[in-house]
Amino acid sequence: MCAKPIKDDAKAKVGTTGHSWDGIEELNTPLPRWWLWTFYLTILFAIGYTIAYPAWPLIYGATPGVLGSSTRADVDADIQHFDALNAPIKAQLVAADLTAIEGDDALKAYALAAGKSLFATNCAPCHGSGAAGVQGLGYPNLLDNDWLYGGTIDAIYTTITHGVRNTVDPDARNVGIYMPAWSDKASGPLADMATAKLSADQIGQVVHYVLKLSGQTAHEAKATAGAQLFKDNCVACHGEDGKGNRDLGAPNLTDAIWLYGGDEVTLTKTLTEGRGGVMPSWGYASASSTARLTEADIRAVAVYVHSLGGGE
Amino acid sequence: MWDYVKLIVLAGVGLLAAIAANYARDLPYMVNAIEVAIAAAITFIYVLRHVGEDAPNTPDEYQDGVIRAGVIATTFWGIVGFLVGVVIAFQLAYPALNLGNVTEGILNFGRLRPLHTSAVIFAFGGNALIMSAFYVVQRTSAARLWGGNLGWFVFWGWQLMIVLAASSYILGGTEGKEYAETVWYIDLWITVVWVAFLAVFVGTLVKRREPHIYVANWFYLSMILTVAMLHLVNNAAIPVSILGSLSVPVYSGVQDAMVQWWYGHNAVGFFLTAGFLGMMYYFVPKQVERPVYSYKLSIIHFWALIFLYIWAGPHHLHYTALPDWASTLGMVFSVMLWMPSWGGMINGLMTLSGAWDKLRTDPVLRMMVIAIGFYGMSTFEGPVMSIKAVNALSHYTDWTIGHVHSGALGWNGMITFSVLYFLTPRLWNRAGLYSLKLVSWHFWLATIGIVLYASSMWVTGIMEGLMWREVDANGFLVNAFADTVAAKFPMYVVRGLGGTMFLTGALIMVYNLWMTVNAQPAKASASAAVPAE
Repeated sequence: MCAKPIKDDAKAKVGTTGHSWDGIEELNTPLPRWWLWTFYLTILFAIGYTIAYPAWPLIYGATPGVLGSSTRADVDADIQHFDALNAPIKAQLVAADLTAIEGDDALKAYALAAGKSLFATNCAPCHGSGAAGVQGLGYPNLLDNDWLYGGTIDAIYTTITHGVRNTVDPDARNVGIYMPAWSDKASGPLADMATAKLSADQIGQVVHYVLKLSGQTAHEAKATAGAQLFKDNCVACHGEDGKGNRDLGAPNLTDAIWLYGGDEVTLTKTLTEGRGGVMPSWGYASASSTARLTEADIRAVAVYVHSLGGGE
Repeated sequence: MWDYVKLIVLAGVGLLAAIAANYARDLPYMVNAIEVAIAAAITFIYVLRHVGEDAPNTPDEYQDGVIRAGVIATTFWGIVGFLVGVVIAFQLAYPALNLGNVTEGILNFGRLRPLHTSAVIFAFGGNALIMSAFYVVQRTSAARLWGGNLGWFVFWGWQLMIVLAASSYILGGTEGKEYAETVWYIDLWITVVWVAFLAVFVGTLVKRREPHIYVANWFYLSMILTVAMLHLVNNAAIPVSILGSLSVPVYSGVQDAMVQWWYGHNAVGFFLTAGFLGMMYYFVPKQVERPVYSYKLSIIHFWALIFLYIWAGPHHLHYTALPDWASTLGMVFSVMLWMPSWGGMINGLMTLSGAWDKLRTDPVLRMMVIAIGFYGMSTFEGPVMSIKAVNALSHYTDWTIGHVHSGALGWNGMITFSVLYFLTPRLWNRAGLYSLKLVSWHFWLATIGIVLYASSMWVTGIMEGLMWREVDANGFLVNAFADTVAAKFPMYVVRGLGGTMFLTGALIMVYNLWMTVNAQPAKASASAAVPAE
C-alpha cells in the first residue's frame, strides 16, 4: 500500500532528536501545555490535601492536618450518635411487656427495623436471608405457622435467648433430648437413647407408617406393620396421633411441613441415624463472656421473627 | 568441560528433588519436587545428547529462537489463563460449577482464582514481557542477546515456575498473598530466573552498538529492577520446614498488609504498566511507521511515573487498620500519577499523527490504539478510585474487579495480541498475517467482551457498594450480604459472557497465527544485527 503524502509533517516542523533505533525516530515535540499544567495542578492539590489531612510521618506519629480529621474519630462519632439516638427506645423495649410491644407503634417500628438487621447479620447464615430455612440441613423455616417449640412471642423469645441443645446455656431447650438413632447398627449417644434396636426392614415399616400418617403414598402392608412399632417407640415424643409435642420439640408428622424432609429416603436416614439440631444461645453470658446479643436486640429479633407470617 | 559441570549439577538437582519428594511433608511440596526431578532429568538428557557440540558462533545474528518460543508460550498461557477466568466467572454465577463433591475442592473458586491471576499476569503477561524485551533490546541495541543460552534458561526457567505454581495452587499450596501466592521455594526459583533475565537484558544493553538507549528499554529495565525488589521484600518468609511448602511471613499485622499492597500495587505499576509501555514504545512506532511523538514527554513521564508509582500502594488499604497519614499519602501520590500515566497514552496515540488513516486499513494498529485507549481509561479510573470518598464506595466491590480487567484485558491483553500479530510473520519469515479479517473479528469480539465485562462490574460494584452502606434512620444496615450476592447474579452472567467473547477472540488469534506460519511459504531471513543509520 502506498502511503499518502503527509500534510503538515510534524517531523519537518519540530525536528527529531537525531537518533534512530531500528528505524524508530523521536520527535522534539515540546510537552503538551495542558498536560504539564494538569500535572502541576495535581501536585498543588496533593500539597494542599496533605496540609489539610494527616499526612507526613514524623519520628513519633504524623502531621495531624489542619482540619483535624480522623477516620477513627468519625466512626466513633457515628456509633455514639446512633447509640444516643436509640438509647431511650431501647430502654422502653427492654422495660415493655413482650406481648405489648406489637401494640405500640413506635416500639414496633423500631423493633422490626432492628430485628431485620440483626437477623440478617446473625440468623441468616442458617435460616436464610429470607428466613425460609434450609430443609436439607434441618434449619427451620420461620415463615410458616408450624413451630417446633411454639410460635408465640414468648416462646420465640425464649428460643432465641437460650437456643436449642447447645452445650453452653443450661437453660437451652431440649438439652439431652434427641431424635434417637433407631438402627440396630447405630452406636454413640444418639443410639443410646433409642428404646429399641430396629432392623433396616423394621425402620422401613415405620417410614411407611409415617408416610401414611402424613397423607403420602405408602406401602399398605409395611405401614400396618409399622403402626405397632410406632406405637411402641415413637408415641412418647410424637404422640399417639403423631402430631408432635412442643414441650419436647417433637415435630408434627401428620402435615406436609418437614424439618429435614418427608420423602422415603430422608425419613429412612432420620430414623437410622437420628437427628439433633443445635441453635446457639444468643443471650447467655458467663463470668468470662458477654452475651452475643443484648436484651434489647433479642427482643427486637423476637418481634421481627414473630411478624414474619407464622407468629401465634 | 562446562557441559560436564551442567550434567553433574542437573544429576544432583534431580536426585535431591527425588529425595525431597520422598520425605515431603505435604502434597503440593511432593508434587512440585517430582516436577523438579522430571525437569532436571529431561534437561540432563538434552545436555547429554549435545555434549561436545560447538555452540553456533553467530554474534551478528539476532537470537530469535527464544523469542519464537516466547510467542508460542505467551499464546498458550494466554488461552489457559482466559479459560480459567471464564470458568471462575461462571462459578461465581453458578456455584455448582465448583464441583466440590467430585473434585474434593481442587477446582474450587479459591484454588482456581490464584491459578487464573497468575496464569494471566505471570504466564501470559510474563512471557509476553520477556519475549518482547528480548526482541526489542536486540533490535534497538543492534546486538545479539548477551549470555549465550542464558536467554533460553530464562525462558525454560519461567515455564518451570509456571507449572510449579499452577500445580501447587490447585493442591492447596499458597502463601495467601494476592498475586504473590507462590510458596517459598518457588519464590526462590523466580528470583534466580529473574536475575538471569536482568543479566541478559543489561548484558545486551551494555554491548549495544547504538550510542543511546532507546526509551522502550528504560521501561523494560525499570520493570525488571523494581519487580525484583518488590518480589524479594514482599516474599520475605521463614519456611517451617525445608521439606514442606508452609512458611511464615516475617511481617505481621498491618505492616504485612502494607508490604503486600506496596507489592500488589507496584506489580500492576511496573509489571503491567511500565513493562507494557516498553512494548508500546517499540511496536507502535514500528507498526505505524511514524516517529515517536515527543522525546521530552517520554523522559518526563518515565521519571515521574516510576517515582510516583512506588508510593501509591496504601490506597488499597483505605479505611482499614492503616494509619490515616499513610492512607492520605497513598491517595495524593495516586492523584499525581494521573498525568505521568497519561504521558504514555499521549505519546502512543500522537505517534499516529499524520497516519490516522491507517486505522481504517490496519486492524493490528487498531488493536494497539484501543489498548492505549483502555490504558488511558484505567489510569484515569485508578486515581479516581484512590480518592478516599470514592474508595469508601468502591472498595471491596466488583468495581475494583472491573477496573482491573479493563486494564488487564483492554491494555495488557490487546497490546500483547497486537505484538503477537506483529512478531509472528517476522519471526517465522512470512510475508504477512494469514488473515487480517480474522484480526478484525478478534478485535471486535475482544472489545465488546471487555465492554460487557467492565460495564457489568461497574453496575454490580456501585450497586453492592450502595447496598452495603445503606442504613435506616436508626442506624441499622438495610441489606444482608446475601442480598447483595443475589442482586448481582444477572450481572455475573453478563460478565461471564464478556469473558467468553474475549476467550473466543483469542482462540481466533491462535488459529490465525497458526495458519500464518503453517499455511504460507517462508521468505528470505533477515535477522542480521545492524545498527540503524
